[in-house]
Amino acid sequence: MTGASTVARMWIAAGLSFVALLAVVALAFAVGRYPVAPGDLAALAWSKVTGTPSSVSATIETIVWSVRGPRIGAAVAIGAALAAAGAAYQCLFRNPLVSPDILGVSGGAAVGAVLGIFLALPVIAIQGLAFAFGLVAVALVYVIASAVRGHDPLLVLVLAGVLVGALLGACVALLKVLADPYNQLPAITFWLLGSLAGAAPSDLATALPAIAIGLVPLWLMRWRVNLLSQGDEEARALGVETTRVRLAVIASATLMTAAAVSISGIIGWIGLVVPHFARLAVGPDFGRLLPVSAVMGAAFLLAVDTLARSTARIEIPLGVLTAFVGTPLFLWLLVRAKRSWQ
Amino acid sequence: MGRRDWLARAAAIAAALAWPAAARAEPSREVTDAAGRKVRVPARAARVFASGPPASILVFAVAPDALLGWTTPFRPSERPFVPPRYADLPVTGRLTGRGNTANVELVIASRPDVIVDYGAVNDTFASLADRVQQQTGIPYLLLDGAFDRIGDALTAIGELTGEESRAAALANDARDTVDDVTRRVASIPASKRPRLYYGRGPRGLDTGLAGSINMEVIDRLGAINVAASLGRGGLVAVSLEQVLLWNPEVIVTTDPVFFASVRRDPLWLQVDAVKSRRVHLAPAEPFGWIDFPPSVNRLVGLRWLGRILYPDAFPDDLRARVRDDYTRFYHQTPTQAQLDRLIATAERAPPG
Repeated sequence: MTGASTVARMWIAAGLSFVALLAVVALAFAVGRYPVAPGDLAALAWSKVTGTPSSVSATIETIVWSVRGPRIGAAVAIGAALAAAGAAYQCLFRNPLVSPDILGVSGGAAVGAVLGIFLALPVIAIQGLAFAFGLVAVALVYVIASAVRGHDPLLVLVLAGVLVGALLGACVALLKVLADPYNQLPAITFWLLGSLAGAAPSDLATALPAIAIGLVPLWLMRWRVNLLSQGDEEARALGVETTRVRLAVIASATLMTAAAVSISGIIGWIGLVVPHFARLAVGPDFGRLLPVSAVMGAAFLLAVDTLARSTARIEIPLGVLTAFVGTPLFLWLLVRAKRSWQ
Repeated sequence: MGRRDWLARAAAIAAALAWPAAARAEPSREVTDAAGRKVRVPARAARVFASGPPASILVFAVAPDALLGWTTPFRPSERPFVPPRYADLPVTGRLTGRGNTANVELVIASRPDVIVDYGAVNDTFASLADRVQQQTGIPYLLLDGAFDRIGDALTAIGELTGEESRAAALANDARDTVDDVTRRVASIPASKRPRLYYGRGPRGLDTGLAGSINMEVIDRLGAINVAASLGRGGLVAVSLEQVLLWNPEVIVTTDPVFFASVRRDPLWLQVDAVKSRRVHLAPAEPFGWIDFPPSVNRLVGLRWLGRILYPDAFPDDLRARVRDDYTRFYHQTPTQAQLDRLIATAERAPPG
């Protein structure tokens, strides 16, 4: 295969995933439990574009702009954040089986959210605690790993992540045992399973900046991340300060993931599976992998969330659906592309 | 014989001497529990270990001095509604065989005459009861938590603890309440029965399906559970879009976080119940009025929700009812301030 055709194929793949995202967004606006006629949808879109008032009922306008809109926005932002963070972690650890929660961010967020529900705090405080605990958990992992010397720093990081993750899991379990089994326990269970059912404009307002603050440095560091994925010695030989870059990547990816899971609950598999498909489409170069992962992750989570809210009248937890969809996809990938990792 | 064997044997002998002797000394009788298990209990059980929150409230109502402890500690807001000497009882944890928070050795050390479990009756709970009974040597009774059998459960605790007359009065109360409410609701035409959404969780997006134990009080009042159209079962999560589609006339919640936010939330303001300010927070002190724990505490919830849904059919003074019920079931008359706080969310707010 010539270099030119490879580049062309990459552009086509990237373009296709973007078109797919737009198609899923359009579909997501159109379907839902509350019936919205295509004509009403078109009229609403037209009135938004032209700035003229529409004749569509206020309830339908609320459904489309205030219920579906933020939910779609949240699905896109969270899907993009999780997949981009997953891509960054996989490059950083030079390991395709790494997902954004490897350093304990989800476990920390879970403890924060459960604590907030346990203390009957307002939703914004529950989300704030989840965000803060997610960051603290990863900071703790980093401090522990930095204190251990004389081993492979990446291995120590992963081990510290596993340890802190186990401890956080125990904290969640303890709070569940202490929670009132008739009222708080179901609320905790539903929250932890991951859902965008309650996504509100205010959630987007708090999560989007944090996700952007994480995404931009990753994009700016894309060449250094590429060098880092060659291994520490090679990167250092080329003048990259590996420790500092690694810390920056971890901080950025953690910030994005914490912002995402603090408003959605725990959604697994996206950060693990989507970067693989992105790598399959555009190759391992982080400068291409990052945006394509983000677009694919956004499309994937939005598609899954649209499924979650329209197939059954109850809400199917997102964390459950992504596992149901992600596991077979991952297995297929494993069987099909096993040689590429050897 | 090793030192350790000797110690073990001595302990076994001591235990054998102590336990059956104590049991034999008192007259006992055999009762059949709700699962059909034959259990030998003391003629008069003076010390009762309640295995879960519903059982502890049931025992507390009939024989508070026999109750050995609570499964969870009282919150500061709940404590003032219970006489201090009962509120200060030790916290014993739950004892269900699996998912225990109670320590079996501490259960034995508290020397209960009987363990009482109150709630769902099925093979799982029956076999758990058998296991605990076998392990501890303490008789373990299962009582049926079905709403229609609240009176029977009160009577059973009365017979167990020798508080027959108190139990009979409470059981009459319970049956009267259920019958009276059922009769009043029966005369309400279907067109007057409101479409009700029961919102749980901090976001109010968890709800109960048809036949859910969480919905019993609501079902009894003939309100139309909008989520019943989703099928039968327990608790589920739904979307705001689905709630908007249902557009319920009344919302009842147990979550103060949701209650505080829903009336200011522009999205929820599209729902008729929020527009017309018919959102009601079920009181929870000292025990929830609507669905948790599912015990005798739900009786007062029937009258509370009845008054909210059908003010004309329930013209009685709710305050007096609550005061009487609390005095009889929880052994302490609430103060005016306490009553005000309990009833605050019951009255319909003026529109605007």
